[in-house]
Amino acid sequence: MNEKVPDNKGHFGIYGGRFVPETLMPALIELEAAYRKYIKDTTFLEELRSLQKDFIGRPTPLYFAKNLTEKLGGAKIYLKREDLCHTGAHKINNALAQALLAKRMGKSRIIAETGAGQHGVATATGAALAGLECEIYMGSEDIRRQSLNVFRMRLLGARVSEVNVGSRTLKDAINEALRDWTTNVGHTHYVLGTAFGPHPYPVMVRNFQSVIGNEARKQILQVEKKLPDCLIACVGGGSNSIGLFFAFLKDNIRMIGVEAGGHGIASGEHAARFAGGSIGVFQGCKSYLLQDDDGNVLGTHSVSAGLDYASVGPEHSFLRDLKRIEYTYATDEEALKAFELLSRTEGIIPALESAHAVAEAAKTAPALPKDSVIIVNLSGRGDKDVQEVARIKGIEL
Amino acid sequence: MSRIEQTFKQLRKSGGKALIPYIMTGDPSLEATKKLIADIEEAGADIIELGVPFSDPLADGPTIQRAHERALQNGVTLRKVLALVKEIRQSSEVPLVLMTYFNPVFKFGIEAFAREASNAGVDGVIIPDLIPDEADDFIKAARQFKLDTIFLLAPTSTLERIKKVVKASTGFIYYVSITGITGAKLSIGNPMKDTLEIIRSNTGKPVAVGFGISTPQEAASVSKLSEGVIIGSAIVRLIAEGKDIKDFVKKIKEGIGG
Repeated sequence: MNEKVPDNKGHFGIYGGRFVPETLMPALIELEAAYRKYIKDTTFLEELRSLQKDFIGRPTPLYFAKNLTEKLGGAKIYLKREDLCHTGAHKINNALAQALLAKRMGKSRIIAETGAGQHGVATATGAALAGLECEIYMGSEDIRRQSLNVFRMRLLGARVSEVNVGSRTLKDAINEALRDWTTNVGHTHYVLGTAFGPHPYPVMVRNFQSVIGNEARKQILQVEKKLPDCLIACVGGGSNSIGLFFAFLKDNIRMIGVEAGGHGIASGEHAARFAGGSIGVFQGCKSYLLQDDDGNVLGTHSVSAGLDYASVGPEHSFLRDLKRIEYTYATDEEALKAFELLSRTEGIIPALESAHAVAEAAKTAPALPKDSVIIVNLSGRGDKDVQEVARIKGIEL
Repeated sequence: MSRIEQTFKQLRKSGGKALIPYIMTGDPSLEATKKLIADIEEAGADIIELGVPFSDPLADGPTIQRAHERALQNGVTLRKVLALVKEIRQSSEVPLVLMTYFNPVFKFGIEAFAREASNAGVDGVIIPDLIPDEADDFIKAARQFKLDTIFLLAPTSTLERIKKVVKASTGFIYYVSITGITGAKLSIGNPMKDTLEIIRSNTGKPVAVGFGISTPQEAASVSKLSEGVIIGSAIVRLIAEGKDIKDFVKKIKEGIGG
């Protein structure tokens, strides 16, 4: 990639930047300086690598999904098993690294937003490990959908604060976390969970997640002796997808980001920013945004809390304009089907977020030759979603 | 010279300080806002800040968040705020400043916004989530259409940030009294005094202090350190409770003098 992207103010072309209250500017500048320092610090990197191996369980396997491949009858499908990370999703890659960074910066407290609860659990885990106080903001609608994760966070010693304003989902949790950070910026670090927000978060989170693609590249070259033909990942804020894609950006490989189609684009109840949005400025950066004609942010819908967000990481908008990544969406119904498909064919229950990527693989694979290779990022496991899926199916547990 | 600059110039002559109340446009209704503006002006406001409702007001505390929600429920948009300003301008010359988050302006079109705001009679704009670093287009359009660009500084601001913000600001500089959101508890202590002193040594432009000022006593103390006092949440709360704000504004004005 061009080294000037992002530029030194965090602009990916026309996207990104820093749109925050002035109060936060010194903190963002301090964070950027600390991040730049420690990603070159061998002690920090060794600690991170060692914890990635022994605490998170990296490298995660690249698993050939033989049954799914046979069932779909096309391209060979490999699953990058981020669902096997400690705490159950890729979120820990970033949260742990940021917790270590916060500790190095001398902060005593970390805060985070969470949608599905995975980033909240990951941050609470990082806080427990690093010995930091932790507070997690979560919308009341998400608390209802993900009660198991709420209890997990509390077990890990975090305080979970319910956000009861606006749509009561991820975006409102981010507003509340930003308000907390604005108030407690002296001793608090904000562990933003995705490749979004004001600079340096999009680039920092992407780099902490790029371990996914770096591993996958090595692994596929080892087993297939060639690069894959296609990469597929779901896109909420966009951290698991950019984490997988980044190592392959220079290669001539098809990449597909899958947004949440909810009840379909025409219904207006979805979180497909590229299919249904326009450029806007929201929660710290410029990117694609679901908004009305007056610039107010629209409510979103997805069966998966982790994709239920009105905007998308600025690097994704940039790469979409360049036509480097294709963006599509899967509806709730398609994701739920894929959730069951993977469970039954492979014995792997995916997170509903990741099920969106599996749904796209089910559409793409049959049309491709049998010797072609797809890597699907299985960003998280579905244990957290079991209750919600049962509820949707009308099954009482 | 802009209406805002004139106001500060006159106050400087008379030894007074600017009282700058904030109300949310369209809370409880656009008609009510019109009446409130007249009342506030009569009670002694020197400049009035008009809030533009937004779905995600991340710099605001609960009191003003709820005002955003009420105004949005009333169907208030940036366009309607500008129409109201136009109406007010037929009978009042009080300086009016819009306080809006950036996305409504961005969606409107930055240049179109500056033009239409200026035509309507808006004097200045405060955008709490727009820092000078990202404001080139906005500043350019505002200068072209003679709108004051009021940027914010905070207790956390470093010398480098202070220099950048005072340079980009016209009309006045908005000093955020606390490290926090609107309506939080005020603390008038050394950090505020020190930062204001640094700001003053870098600019001759007026500085108004806001966030957390809720009583005439607090307003009086803050006015000794600045050229102006901004009061938002305390007024928005009275309006939400259906109480008269004229008396309150009068008392504040008496407290700060001028």
